[in-house]
Amino acid sequence: MSVPTTERGTTAVASPAPRRAFRSLAVAMAKGFLRDKMALFWAVIFPLMFLFLFGGLLADSGTPRSDVIQVGAVPLLDQAGPEAQKVIDDSLHIEKSDDRDAAIAEVRKGDADAVVTMDGDALELWYSAADQVTASIVQGTFNGLVQAANQAASGQPPTYTLSTQQVEDESLSAIQYFTPSLLGWAIAMGATFGAAANLVLWRRNGVLRRLRLSPVPTAAVVGARVVTALMLAGIQMAMFLVPAVLFMGLELTGWWWLSVPLLAAATLAFLALGLLVGSFSKTEEGATGAANFVILPMAFLSGSFFPLDEAPAWIVALSNVLPLKWVNEGMLDVMVRGEGPSAIVVPTLALLAFAAVLGALATRLFRWDTT
Amino acid sequence: MGLRVEAHGLEKTYGDIRAVDGITFTVEPGEFFGLLGPNGAGKTTALEILEGLRRPDAGRALVDGVDPAERDPRILMRMGVQLQSSAFFEKLTAREQLDTFGALYGAPSARTDELLELVGLTDHAAVLAENLSGGQKQRLSIACALVNDPDLVFLDEPTAALDPQARRNLWDVLDRLNDSGRTVVLTTHYMEEAELLCDRVAIMDRGKILAIDTPASLAQALDLPVTIGLAAGALTLDDAASLPGVESAALEQTGIKVLTRHPSEVLTALAARDALDGLSVRSGSLEDVFLRLTGREYRA
Repeated sequence: MSVPTTERGTTAVASPAPRRAFRSLAVAMAKGFLRDKMALFWAVIFPLMFLFLFGGLLADSGTPRSDVIQVGAVPLLDQAGPEAQKVIDDSLHIEKSDDRDAAIAEVRKGDADAVVTMDGDALELWYSAADQVTASIVQGTFNGLVQAANQAASGQPPTYTLSTQQVEDESLSAIQYFTPSLLGWAIAMGATFGAAANLVLWRRNGVLRRLRLSPVPTAAVVGARVVTALMLAGIQMAMFLVPAVLFMGLELTGWWWLSVPLLAAATLAFLALGLLVGSFSKTEEGATGAANFVILPMAFLSGSFFPLDEAPAWIVALSNVLPLKWVNEGMLDVMVRGEGPSAIVVPTLALLAFAAVLGALATRLFRWDTT
Repeated sequence: MGLRVEAHGLEKTYGDIRAVDGITFTVEPGEFFGLLGPNGAGKTTALEILEGLRRPDAGRALVDGVDPAERDPRILMRMGVQLQSSAFFEKLTAREQLDTFGALYGAPSARTDELLELVGLTDHAAVLAENLSGGQKQRLSIACALVNDPDLVFLDEPTAALDPQARRNLWDVLDRLNDSGRTVVLTTHYMEEAELLCDRVAIMDRGKILAIDTPASLAQALDLPVTIGLAAGALTLDDAASLPGVESAALEQTGIKVLTRHPSEVLTALAARDALDGLSVRSGSLEDVFLRLTGREYRA
């Protein structure tokens, strides 16, 4: 082996440079992450798969049309005017049959929602009490049709009219709900898992000890970790929004970019959570498991996978102490509900408070060494 | 210039185990100093106290007169550490590891190329650290300890778990570490390594230091006999035992083994009998020293 005669450097003497150390550590961490295909998959591709899945599965999830069997001639349906025809097309799926008893049997079995016949001017409707929601929808539809026909028969313009409108004003397609909430979940996962696994790895392989014996201030190491986590959050956001807007019909409202500061605060909170998990985990596997144990239930309870509107009151109350709930709340407000800056004030402050408390706990529990 | 390292009555206990049990020594500036002992002797704990990673339960460690546990940046800047495990950043190449560690010390980036050449990894600069062989990892690890051109280097079992050839290659690198007046403190459980590299050696066992001196003086001080091996059939056992200066002779598989404290007399007599072919001479080694001090065979 050829070895130079002296190993002493011929170059200038070193001197501490915290800023360069910080930059260099951030680059090292970012490279370490970007070259780790598994980490990239779990942080970016996996949540994106959920978005495609949920966005695709639940698209057009408006009320399905009712299956109605028409027995004999029903002039109300057969000779409907253009307006009534639109109501019929939107809400009913009509099959024709000559056998009334067989048709009623189908309703009883649940294969059809209602049977309709017309005896002179009397419309008759058979329904099943087994599915009351569907039954009342069908009854409501026909009630409306009958009233409209009566009113038309009177030859007078209607005195009162009703027009309905959805509050979101947009079609509340699945993508509008799932893009903000799954993005929040993805960023929570990325920051927590990354920080937890990395802390444990560095403690086990000795990099933490090596850093401790270098003249680098701890703040430079933590700062590099924060910058790396923010970079990952930015990548996740771009990877979500670009396909959602281009291919899945996501319509962002005016203040959507306020999600950037909100997500930055979320990244800090979940980074702190990850450091806390990593502080008491002994192995990388243990850290990943513990992070899962915290994040997955939190995602359910915070409305990442389905809205909490119909959840029991105690779950809604519990969700207030979960940082992810505040992410979802703020994200939905500014990205799709069209709310402005005031909507992210409370969520951002809540997330920064989580970051401060969890960060302080993690600092207390921090260990340089495995023993 | 090299830094002075002092240990004054260091003690460290883990549960019931007295890992370090009252050790005292001083490493002079520029010295290559070895802590030698079997696994579990307390070498690594002692080294970690001197590095400042652990505080002793009792006693005092000093590096250049300063407590290393204080993490004084002036001391940290002049200190290089090679840890027992290969402490690398994940998914970075050999060059990137050196660049990153170098940046921590504000070292000029040209230093990376010097170090890659020094440890013979120039051709492997673009290989991820985790894909290097065991010996290459150890060499990279040593290079990482030298990024700041330190005046004091701690090496914790740098050749552990290497095959004999890789170990010999690494000795070439280690042997030059203190050429320029740098202080080196190394732990090892290889006798041969300590004999070859160290100016002075402290033999440790069960948390205590049994002896400290140069490897040669340690062997001499015990007045150990020299072992002379004779080729099979060169002499009969009786003839060998009756040679002038011979204390004892024994028949072994490969020939006859003779113990003597007057090797020149024995060799002269052997020459006169024309029995020098296939002869071997082995003087007292650290292994004999360890056996004598502990009453146990040395097992690494």
